[in-house]
Formats: sequence, structure tokens, C-alpha cells
Amino acid sequence: MSLWSRISNSMRGEHLNSEIDEEIQSHIEEAIAAGRDPEEARRALGSGLQAREASHSIRVVGWLESIFADVKFGWRQLCRNKITSAAAVLSLALGIGSCVAAFRLIDALLWRPLPISGSSRLYVLSRKMIGLYGKPIEDGYWATPDFKLMRDAVKGQADLIAISEAERTDITWTTDDDMEKAHVVYVSGNMFPLFGLEPALGRLLSPADDRGPGTGPYAVLSWDYWNHRFGRDPRVLGRSLHIGAQTFEIIGVGPRDFTGTEKGTVTDIFLPLRMNSLATEDKTDWHRIFLMLKPGVNPATALEPIRQHLSAINRAFGSACSTCYRGATKASIDRFLNQTLVVNPGGVGISDLQKDYRRFLGILGMMVVLVLIIACVNVANMMTAQAAARAQEMALRISIGAGRRRLVQLILCQSSLLALLASALGALFAAWAAPFVLSLINPPDDPARLALPADWRVFLFGLALIVFVVLLLGLLPALRASAVRPVAALKGGEDPHLPRRIMRGALALQVAFCFLVLFLSSLFVTSFRRLQNRPLGFSTDRLLLLETVGGKGQLPVVWNQTAEALRAVPGVESVAISGWPLLGRIKINTDISINGAPPSPTPAFFLNVSPGWLSTMKIPLLSGRDFGPEDTSPGAAIVNETFAKTFFPGQDPIGRTFERGANQPVNLIVGVTPDIPDHDLREPNRAVFYVPFNAIDDKFAPRTLGFATFVIHTDIQNPLALANSLRQLIARRHNGLRVSNATTQLDLVRDQTIRERLIAMLAAFFAVVALLLAGIGLFAVLNYSVVQRHREIGIRMAMGSPRVGIVRLVTLDVFLTIALGGCAGLALGFGAARYVASLFYQVKATDADMIALPTCAILLTALIATFPAVLRALRTDPTEILRAE
Amino acid sequence: MAKTDALQGSLDLLVLKILSRRPRLHGYAIMTAIASMSDEVLRAEEGSLYPALHRMEEAGWIRAEWIKKDTGRRARVYELTVAGKKQLGIEESRWQSVSLAINRVLREA
Repeated sequence: MSLWSRISNSMRGEHLNSEIDEEIQSHIEEAIAAGRDPEEARRALGSGLQAREASHSIRVVGWLESIFADVKFGWRQLCRNKITSAAAVLSLALGIGSCVAAFRLIDALLWRPLPISGSSRLYVLSRKMIGLYGKPIEDGYWATPDFKLMRDAVKGQADLIAISEAERTDITWTTDDDMEKAHVVYVSGNMFPLFGLEPALGRLLSPADDRGPGTGPYAVLSWDYWNHRFGRDPRVLGRSLHIGAQTFEIIGVGPRDFTGTEKGTVTDIFLPLRMNSLATEDKTDWHRIFLMLKPGVNPATALEPIRQHLSAINRAFGSACSTCYRGATKASIDRFLNQTLVVNPGGVGISDLQKDYRRFLGILGMMVVLVLIIACVNVANMMTAQAAARAQEMALRISIGAGRRRLVQLILCQSSLLALLASALGALFAAWAAPFVLSLINPPDDPARLALPADWRVFLFGLALIVFVVLLLGLLPALRASAVRPVAALKGGEDPHLPRRIMRGALALQVAFCFLVLFLSSLFVTSFRRLQNRPLGFSTDRLLLLETVGGKGQLPVVWNQTAEALRAVPGVESVAISGWPLLGRIKINTDISINGAPPSPTPAFFLNVSPGWLSTMKIPLLSGRDFGPEDTSPGAAIVNETFAKTFFPGQDPIGRTFERGANQPVNLIVGVTPDIPDHDLREPNRAVFYVPFNAIDDKFAPRTLGFATFVIHTDIQNPLALANSLRQLIARRHNGLRVSNATTQLDLVRDQTIRERLIAMLAAFFAVVALLLAGIGLFAVLNYSVVQRHREIGIRMAMGSPRVGIVRLVTLDVFLTIALGGCAGLALGFGAARYVASLFYQVKATDADMIALPTCAILLTALIATFPAVLRALRTDPTEILRAE
Repeated sequence: MAKTDALQGSLDLLVLKILSRRPRLHGYAIMTAIASMSDEVLRAEEGSLYPALHRMEEAGWIRAEWIKKDTGRRARVYELTVAGKKQLGIEESRWQSVSLAINRVLREA
């Protein structure tokens, strides 16, 4: 209480003084009233001032009071230069806000542990091997039988948990007509207990629910799904959920903050692993495996033996699989079996979003830190200039006995004030920016979702950032100010070059960082442009895609009749069917064998398409013909150029045949098309072949298809406007077909470049900010230098120095500084570009135009920024200077 | 230094003791009380009285309050806190032991 009263007294020093005075006055009055001589009474009390000082210092916290005084003084200083202060606060706010926003994203996606118990004991298994095209890959998916073997092998020291990727699945709650999408995850029964999770409602899945196929038709909803789909209705327990032919009963709701282990996706429904039909398949790798060490097991010593044990089990499983390598050569089997099992920490979960955006976020983080430093340097420069202008004041303060510590405190107070104002604004910016950037990662229908809590982690980061900014801003000017030698400064003879030298060093730093940001952003923007302008080879114009499911499977004739019905709708120009859309999520490869030979080492990708698909997609035929209604698969095939070059080098492929693996039916090549990017815009073209949509089995009977996509060329600009009526038209036919997803070909192409678009946009934004800040900084430095040297300039002019000489005097060393900073920035840029080379598309850091672009931008900015200062120097009137001296 | 310490120590003791007998006194009244009760032998130095009062107030031994006097002016009156009562006990016993010791030395010499 006493400390508190002293703190509060510190804030009202004047008031305290008057109280003390009043008390002493009342004392004297009493003395006079008691008959004493007024003079004598005053004398007896001693000096009023002294008494007041003594009492005052008892009743306040000394250092606190001085800080209040300094803050007040600093505030007045900021108010005196309103425009500069506002610019400083704004640029710092942008820097701090961007940093905090970037931190929130990086922390939420990559660093924050999952909200489960024992996240530090959680690991994730993957295997490193040589992939299809000879590149090393890391595969994180496993087959369930393999999982069971490995789980039983290490159960003494660790638990293995199987968790599938969240898949957007068609589900129905009541009747067949209201099909909807939900993110469904299959988990082994031990997941909830091992993660120490408690149900918000009902019960969670347990190992007993995951004993075998069909024995656990139970589902657990995530809290988030329960909240937004059912409004937290407790009557959801016991309801049935249909997925395909399966029915699940809702038995519980998970805890509030657990959204699954896949950061970036919020799981809606958890189902038992063994309820998925894939769980019995030996050669289908479909789920991830997490490893949780038993409590008390030391990871440093136990992990490696566990890994080796698991690796041996996995290898034995792979070699024992008899059906896996039918017809494959010994070399490719060996290549597949030669895999290394890796155990990585998994406490922060694992997802594709993490993999795809790790480097992106790294580079984003670097850019925002650079922008913050540039902003700080700018403000520090401003404060150095102000400090230089205040050199005499500082000298005066020191010579009347101010401690140097007190001077440093004065300047640090001012920079703290700036930093605090800026961080308040910055916090607002970050609160908006982090969710905004996240919302731009928005593949159609499946946008990234990530909890972005503003909790103590973010708060501590913000606090650390403020301290960093305050030190960066204030330390240099503070040290300089405290090094003032009073005699020299009072005489006006303090070394005038010192602050200029400091400012110039700061300028070089600024230019280097600015160059780095510009360099990277030009690389990213060019990457994005080249990727976006990559010739597709097919049309995206007014193409509606209806991804349709056919229950247990429908015959081709049903699909064809439905396509015919769609053709009759006004606004529809042509309709074709393909197995799945181009540039969608599905890609399937198959072995290729020519004339019964063993399969070649490189596989080919395929797509089943109806007659007319090529013309609907506007893909030309280089030679041969399109499929006709009589063509079947197996039977006929159309191949792309790469396929022809790979498997029939130097020959005309028309009329030749190939098989999909050894001892498979023969396909006759009837046409050749140009290469198109079929799955990934970034990848080079691959061997692709098309087969007729009409599939037959080995007895020449038609085969049913469970899913396909209607490709609809419309005559309206926004083809999605037709989606609803066409969806209803298909549903009304009651032939088992239902639209599962409607999208456009254009959206799928855009979806390919989301990350590149995002990074190009943010990089361009930060490049503009960095350039602007550097320009302001340059202007300030030059302007200050001209003001400082106006006497020198005046004298030189009076002595007949030509104007060119003056311009050179003012600008030469600035441009030298810029050149120096630019070179340093380029060196940094090459280093950074190597780290993010995987994000580039057809650009290299060493491309001449990539270096020229930022150089020109900086030179142009420099010219614009130096112009006013040069003008000012040239306008110097020598007579005025000489008269003043 | 030693002299002021001893003086200050005893000033604290006297002020606490007087406030324990007669609460709510202002500075001047405390001073006259010390003088009258010691038959004008002890006189608190007026200049050091207020810093001492403020120090004891910050230490939490006494608390102060502004009151209106008949003259219309305000006066700051002091009274003992619980902590102050305890402190008075400590100071008293300290004083007793010191004066005992001094007496012993005087006797022996």
C-alpha cells in the first residue's frame, strides 16, 4: 500500500509539493497562534524548500518520477514534430503489425503444439525412398496391416496411432437428397485415450470400437462441427450418419479445442479406422502413423532402437507382399524396398499445408522483419537528426549536472513512447492481417482453417518485439547523446560529421535490406506471372465441372443418357464426360508394357474420357481421330506427345498397341494430342494417355463407374450460375447419379497458383513499403546533410564552385553508400533465393532482369528522394550565409 | 551520523508514543506535546519533524488525514496504525535496553 501511494505520488509531483507546503504553512500558523514570533517560527522550521525536498523524496519513487517527467517531455517532443512523428509511428506500426501477424501464422501452423496431453512425446513416422522419377521423396502414408504389425512390435515402449487425412466426404443425415460435405477422418481406437482427450458430450471412440471391419459403426463429431452444423444440440447423440452404404451412430462430441492433427483443416467427423474398407488392403497406403512414447521413456536413448525395430518390421512386410509387385522388374522392387523409416517430431501435427507453406512463411517472416528493421532505421535516423539538433541542450544538461544515465533514459523514454504507440496500432493491424492472409489460402470449397488465438504466446512475442524496437531505435542516439562533451558542444564545435556517418551507415543497411526485399519480390512476382501465363493447351472458358457420384456404380449408358439430358438444357453448348477433371486432386498412374514386355521403369498417367471430350476442352488432335461411341476401354487409346516420345521414340504411334502392365488387354492407339499440364502446373509434362469412357470387363460386358465428371461448355460468363439447376436436373432423374461437387475449370487452374499468387502479392506489397521507407530515409539523410553543411556549401559557392561540383558534393557519397548497400543486398539476396528456390517457377536468381529490376527501382527512388535536397543545396544563397557569419 | 541516528530514533519513539496516547494530532501539536510532556527538556527540531512524519507515514506506522480547522484552513492530522503500535513496542524495548546499557556503563566507569 505504501509502495502504491509512492507510485501514485510519483504521478502527481506538483500536487504533492503543494500539500507539503500547505502542511508547513499550517504549522507556522499554529506557531503564530500560540504566540510565537512569525519570523522565529519560520526560522525554526529551516528552509521551506529544503523541507519540501526532503519530504517529497520520501514520499515518491524517485526513478519513477523521473521517468514520468521524461515521458512527458518525450511526448512534447513528438507533438512538436507532428508529421514526422506520425510517419514514424505509422511505419513502425506497419512493421510491428506485420511481424506479429506473420508470427501468428507461423506459430499457429508450425510451432504451436497440438492441444493434447503428451504432445512432446508424439512423433510421426515416414519413409524416405527414391520416387517414381528417380527423385528422393518422403512418404508419410502407410497400409493398415503394416501399421498393425508395427504397433504390436513396439507396444512395450510406445503406442502407434493411425490417423487418416481429413477427406471431404459426401455424407447424408436423413434422406438421400440432402447430401452434404464434411471432413472425415479415420482414427485408430487408441487415439482419443492416448491424447488424453475428454468428450464435450457422450463418449469418444475407444479401442473396443476399432476391433475389426464393421464392428464399430460409431462416429464422434468435432466440437467445431457440432457447433456450426447442429448449434450444440445435445440431441445429436444417437443420430445416424450415412456415408455411401455405411451407417454410423453419433456417440459423442470431442473437446472444444481439438480440431484434429492436420493443421490447416478442421476435422468434422472421426470414424474408427477399421470401418474403412481400405484398412484391409495390404498395398494401399492411406493413413499416417503417429508414435507416442510411453511416459518416462527417454527419447534420446529409446527412439533409435524403436526406429530400427519398426524399420525391420516394415521391410519384412514389404518383402512379404506377394500381390504388390506383379510383373514389376527386380530393379524396381528393390528400389521400392530400399526405404528408410524416419521418426520425426509430431507434436505440432502434420499436414500438407505445413509442408507447402513452411518456406513461404519463412520468407514472409524474413520480409516482415526486414521491413521492420528498415522502418526502425528510418525512425532512428530521424531521432539521430533530432539528437544532433539537441546536442547543445544535452551539453547544457550535462554541464549543470544531469547524469548520463538520465540522458539515456530521456531518449529511451521517447523511443519507448514511439514503440508503444506504434505497437497499439500494430496490434490492430495484426488482428486484421493474420486472418486476412489465411483467408487467401482458399482452394475452392476447401479453404484453409486454422485457429489463430491471440494468447500469451502472441503477447510475449509482441513484448519482445517492442523491446527490440526500443533498443534499435533508442540505443544509438542515446549512446551518442550521452557521449556529448559539454565543452565542445557548448562552443558549437562538436564533430559535425559523426551523426552523418552514423546516418550513412544506417542508410547503407536500409538500402541493402530494401534491395533484398525488392529482389525476392521480383523473383516471386515473375514466378507467379510465368506460372499463370503457362500455356495450358486446353480451354478454361465457360467450362462448368459437375463432379458426380454414382453410388455403388452405374453403367456407362446411364452416364451417357444423363449427358444427353444435360445437352438439352438452354445455355449448355456441349457436354462431355471424363473420369475426373484436369488439374484436380486426382491423378492415377499405371505401368505401361509394350508388346507383352515387362513394364517400363516410368509409368504413365491416364484419364477416361467420352467422345467429344477433346473438342469440349478444345484440345486439338495432332494426328489420328477422336473416340467414337463404339470405342471401349480396353480397346482404343489416345496418347500425348510425351507418351509417344517415351514409348515409341522416332515412330508413328498411330496403330501401335500397349498394355497397362504385363498380361493385360491390348490398347490400340488411335490419336495423338499435344502435351497439357494434367495435374500440376509446376511440373513438366508427363506421359498421359486417354481411354474411352465406355469400360468393359474381360467378358466384354459393360463395367459400372462409381464417379465421373460432367464437363459442360456453357454460353454464359459465370458457368456456376447453371450449377444448381443442372444439379437438380440430375437428381430428378433418380438414376443413382448425384452431383457431389460443382466447380469450374477456371477455378481449378486458379487453385494451382494460390500459394504463388499469395506470395507474389505479399512480396510486392512489402517491396513497395520497403521502397517507400527507404526513399523517405534517403530524403531525410540528404536533407539533414545539406542543412548541416549549408555554411560550407555557401562558402564554396562564394568561392566560385560550379553547380555540378555542389551537386557532386551533396550526392556523391550518398550514391556510393547506395551502391555499397545494393551490393550487400544482392549478396544477401542470392543466399535467400537459394533457400526458397523450390518456390520459384522458371526463374533463377542469376537472371539478369531479376537483378536489373530492383536496381532500377532503387536508383529511381534514390533520384526522386535526392532531388529536393539537391535543389535546396543549389538554392543556397552565399551572400546570406556570409552575412550571417 | 551516529548523532542524527540516535536523535531520529528517539524522535520516532516520541512521536509514536504521543500518537498512541492522543490520536489525531497535527504536526505542531505533536511538537508542543513533546515539549510539554518532557517539561520543556526535549524539543523536536521543527525542520526535521515533517520529513520524519512523512517517512513514518510511508513506512505505514502512522496514517494522515486532512481536516478542516476552525480558521477555515486545512490541517493534516496523524494517528497510529496497527503496524505503528507494533513498531512502538519495538522502539520502546530498544530504548529500554539502550538506556539500561548506558546506565550500566556509567555505573561501572
